[in-house]
Amino acid sequence: MIGVQIAALALVGGLALAVVLVHDVLRVAMLYGVYGLVLVVLFVVFQAPDVALSQLAVSTVAFPLIVVTALAKVKRRERRNR
Amino acid sequence: MTRTGRIALSAVGLAGMAAMLAWGVAGLEPFGHYPGPYGTLLNAVEPGERHAANVVAAVVFDYRGLDTLGEELILFCAATGLAFLLRENREENTRGVRDRVSSDGLRAAGIVAVPVVVLLALDMVAHGYVTPGGGFQGGVAAAGGLLLVYLAGDWRALRRAAPLPVVDTAEAGGAAGFAVLGFVTLIAGGAFLDNLLPFGTFGTLTSGGTIPVANWCAGLEVTAAFVLIFLEFLEEIMAERVRDS
Repeated sequence: MIGVQIAALALVGGLALAVVLVHDVLRVAMLYGVYGLVLVVLFVVFQAPDVALSQLAVSTVAFPLIVVTALAKVKRRERRNR
Repeated sequence: MTRTGRIALSAVGLAGMAAMLAWGVAGLEPFGHYPGPYGTLLNAVEPGERHAANVVAAVVFDYRGLDTLGEELILFCAATGLAFLLRENREENTRGVRDRVSSDGLRAAGIVAVPVVVLLALDMVAHGYVTPGGGFQGGVAAAGGLLLVYLAGDWRALRRAAPLPVVDTAEAGGAAGFAVLGFVTLIAGGAFLDNLLPFGTFGTLTSGGTIPVANWCAGLEVTAAFVLIFLEFLEEIMAERVRDS
């Protein structure tokens, strides 16, 4: 069990770093969804299924969608103004 | 400020933060040791007091019900404020916009996925106080299921599946239901959000007294709030398309 916990922690740390280091906003939004999924695994491994379910719904559905739709609008406007 | 100056200044701040973090971590309990009495106490006391198998749900909708009401109202205000702002400034009529997914495979997968996700979400809400889950988690999942109608189908299909007046009413109704539950318990002679209903049999859907009522109110409010946010954001994109054409 300790091994699984260490693996989950390492994955979360690695992906968190990736989210910070990537510059393109669209890629950040997508990568954040993956990071959220890994956090779900972490919460399940640490026996917090309620938090895992919240995280699953928010980080993979709600957050990326809001960012992606906002980006779609901004980019469309930028293209028109050019 | 020069580059070296900035690096030096941030190094001082980072060193301070690292020291504070190390100090804090050194003072923690050993890994895996839970020191607080609150969780242990609730685990021992809750099954006898409230008969809800998921102690987390009992904390969220009963012992700390007032906090949850506050959190629910934050989401309500955020979604309502967003709808007010965006609707006020939108002049385009998006009724005629078609945004249909052309891939048959994607449409077929979507048709299968929508009922599966929505049913799973309803199950998550319904059993929230028996197994892990609850109104918030299930609500966001249900909103995600409805969103699939757009992602795998058509913008107009989503608008038909989730008409704005219905979504607005559901959002307000869910938020109000939770508050009304509190006032009803006050009128019935208890404290605000006091659990006055019979607690039922442990581990069944009829357990927990007022917990199921609060749970369903939260589920309705969260589903409607997220659907409302999605609808308004998508409508903004459709309005941009109308402006472009």
